[in-house]
Amino acid sequence: MIDLTVIWAFIIAFAVFAYVVMDGFDLGIGILFPTLKVGQGRNRAMNSIAPVWDGNETWLVLGGGGLMAAFPLAYAVILPATYPLIIAMLLGLVFRGVAFEFRWRDPGHRALWDLSFFGGSVIAALAQGMILGALLQGIDVTGRSYDGSWWDWLTPYTLLTGVGVVAGYSLLGACWMIWKLEGDVQEHAYRLAFRAALATLLLMGAVSAYNLLLLPDYRERWLEMPNILFASQVPLLTAIVAGAFFYSLKARRQLMPFLLALALFLLGMAGLGVTIWPYVVPDQITIWDAAAPESSQIFMLVGVALTLPLILAYTAWAYWVFRGKVGHEGYH
Amino acid sequence: MFAEADALLLARIQFAFTVSFHFIFPAFSIGLASYLAVLEGLWLKTNKQVYLDLFRYWLKIFAITFAMGVVSGIVMSYQFGTNWSVFSDLAGPVIGPLMAYEVLTAFFLEAGFLGVMLFGMNRVGKKLHFFATLMVAIGTFVSAFWILSVNSWMQTPQGHIMGENGQFLPGESWLPIIFNPSFPFRLVHTVTAAYLTTALVVGAVGAWHLLRDRANVHARKMFSMAMWMIALVAPVQIFVGDMHGLNSWEHQRPKVLAMEGHYESYPDGAPFILFGLPNEKEERVDYAVELPGLTSLLLEHDINAPLEGLKTIPADERPPVAVVFWSFRIMVGLGVLMLTLGVASLFARWRKGLYEWPLLHRFALVMGPAGFVAVIAGWVTTEVGRQPYVIYGLLRTADAASPLAAPAIAASLLAFVVIYFAVFGAGTWYILRLMNAAPHAGESGVEAGERGPIRTAGITPGPAQNPGGSTPLPAGRGDT
Ligand code: HDD
Ligand code: HEM
Ligand code: HEM
Repeated sequence: MIDLTVIWAFIIAFAVFAYVVMDGFDLGIGILFPTLKVGQGRNRAMNSIAPVWDGNETWLVLGGGGLMAAFPLAYAVILPATYPLIIAMLLGLVFRGVAFEFRWRDPGHRALWDLSFFGGSVIAALAQGMILGALLQGIDVTGRSYDGSWWDWLTPYTLLTGVGVVAGYSLLGACWMIWKLEGDVQEHAYRLAFRAALATLLLMGAVSAYNLLLLPDYRERWLEMPNILFASQVPLLTAIVAGAFFYSLKARRQLMPFLLALALFLLGMAGLGVTIWPYVVPDQITIWDAAAPESSQIFMLVGVALTLPLILAYTAWAYWVFRGKVGHEGYH
Repeated sequence: MFAEADALLLARIQFAFTVSFHFIFPAFSIGLASYLAVLEGLWLKTNKQVYLDLFRYWLKIFAITFAMGVVSGIVMSYQFGTNWSVFSDLAGPVIGPLMAYEVLTAFFLEAGFLGVMLFGMNRVGKKLHFFATLMVAIGTFVSAFWILSVNSWMQTPQGHIMGENGQFLPGESWLPIIFNPSFPFRLVHTVTAAYLTTALVVGAVGAWHLLRDRANVHARKMFSMAMWMIALVAPVQIFVGDMHGLNSWEHQRPKVLAMEGHYESYPDGAPFILFGLPNEKEERVDYAVELPGLTSLLLEHDINAPLEGLKTIPADERPPVAVVFWSFRIMVGLGVLMLTLGVASLFARWRKGLYEWPLLHRFALVMGPAGFVAVIAGWVTTEVGRQPYVIYGLLRTADAASPLAAPAIAASLLAFVVIYFAVFGAGTWYILRLMNAAPHAGESGVEAGERGPIRTAGITPGPAQNPGGSTPLPAGRGDT
């Protein structure tokens, strides 16, 4: 028998992954914004994402809305547990989302909206990373609700995961700029990508190591036979991808660095899967505990099956319409 | 320092604040998206430059409105979990899928085609661009469909069964859940409200420029279009509002009694209280100005029909009366003023000349914000009127909140208030600036933002004369 709950876990994981890589690169550009030159550099970077950022962010709504629909208990426990982080993330997204329009409408205050774009992006990325960390380090649950204080999420570990996500998004943003821009900005992006990749790999390693200390359960999953045979593939592949990535930078490839950065994120996601599966709240709530009843799952599955291919198709089309390098023929 | 009751109150204020702010933007963008689709369609059909100019003029305003709608909406989709976690856990199996459908069928559609609509005029053909505009317009409507279905289910729940752990579970079919009793009325009334709101804004902008220059063809066109819309839709809105009220009378009597301010029972015919001061402590309406028999006539179609007042309902089952009483009157009063404007415009077309009557233009100008006020007043009526329940009759608001400490919510509420007013205030200011610039021939599109809205020549030479051309876009916003 096919287990609908497992299917739903994969759908949510897919939405989260789609969100992380797609909004990841445009948040990344926000994070790197201050390092870009005022004028052409910033304008082009902004223009390269302006037509797609709204679509990218919609995956976050699907992740959140989907979680509420498919795993209401998880939604009801995780959000109160990370309340200040969620609010910070939402407000960060407000600041950066409006900057796309406002900076063009008010050239006199462009520096202010650029700052809002940068600050909002950093806060959103940091908060997302810390939410992930807060989830991994465990949440106190009693009955069907969160039972901790409103500061429980703040630990050295969550700071580490937060910074890790900031670095990872910068990596995606830099690789996107390599792909979509040229000239000076692209050169600059190559340098940024190199540094961001180093930082990301380092932090990924640190978080993985920390994970092994975090819960005995995690240690078991990664280090004991026979798990280790499968689990060890993840770091192994990561090392290979990382090597290929640095080579592609050196060879001044245009698209390859972005694709390899996506591969790194995919591996990170796989590692995450090994760490918590089949829990949504580690050690407390499994996907089956949290799942909505079958009729809700089926009803939504029909919707997903009908709409997701269409969504992917027109999203791909929208990207295709804006293909190619941005703004290289000067308009003036 | 803070008790649990404070946490609840703060959570309610926060929800009301963020959702009201959010709804201001959809109320405008639902109507504006359709208006843009009409303008572009007319341009394609007639090839008249004036339609393209108006399209571009309003597109710039739409871009800002939409961005603010999106970011404030994302906040909403997480508020259920952060502040109403018990509600989310219990009602998630029923309302979660509906909201997921909203994301899948509406938000992605809007977002997917928005980029092409805003920046793609020179990249895709005219027809394909029109298609993108249509998709965005349809997306806004579909979004309203699902979220109002959710909200209506919370008002008039049906089609669910109760699970062992107190969860609301879907029954055999989803149709009764989606098409619950108050949904058709709420959907029609809210969507026409959005159209009215937009028409009032467009009309006010047209009027503003007519007052400055009566000969401005663009201002004439938009003013005329808006006045047709108001003249046709305002009566419909009042009619639908009446039906909506009758539906609520069937399903949510205490709400309607609060709207009417009837504490007392009337064995033979209840009057309509035109004005008065509801006095919740003494359970009466002071200084009431009444029209005899009218409430009974409206609700039961019989002047002498008896009516049981709020006093027959236990106090802990009643909504706050004063708020509902006043917000209802604000909405209805504005509705009557809108009708007056529509009728005046018809009269002007017949006798005075639509563009020759400054008094009408002034009236239209003052009515510009009336839609927003009416819409928020309407929602306050609806939402406060269903208290003390969040799922009517089944789950009390007080039992639905998250286990959060009051200081946490107080801090977030403060942040929302400060940031929303600052950020959305700035956005509103930019919109007003765009509106203040007179519409003119050769209007630039969204792309040409570099020197602000006043700029005349578009960046692309002939506006969209080269469909499918290879100009890299978003056309050098910037790059100077
Ligand atoms: C331009 C906006 C606008 C205007 C002019 C009106 N309304 Fe309205 N009204 C709304 C916008 C709105 C709304 C925002 O769309 C609401 C809130 C919830 C809903 O379903 O629609 C609403 C709710 C609402 C309700 C509450 C429904 C419930 O029980 O939940 C009633 C009874 C009416 N309206 C009746 C009227 C009447 C008799 C009007 C006559 C003048 C009127 N409305 C004008
Ligand atoms: C967008 C327009 C809306 C506005 C302006 C609005 C306004 C309000 C207001 C003013 C309250 C506070 C009532 C009180 O505290 O007495 C409230 C409560 C609430 N509304 Fe709405 N609402 C809107 C739409 C919705 C929708 C679409 C939903 C559901 C999806 C919803 C769900 C709720 C919930 C859960 C509460 C509970 C909190 C409470 O009762 O205080 N609202 N809303
Ligand atoms: C009657 C009430 C509401 C209506 C008619 C409505 C309608 C809309 C519309 C038309 C949009 C897209 C256009 C724009 O952004 O300007 C939108 C955005 C959004 N709304 Fe609302 N909304 C309502 C209340 C709510 C509530 C209560 C929630 C919370 C669940 C919500 C969640 C969202 C989200 C998440 C977005 C952003 C989606 C995106 O990324 O495009 N809305 N809403």
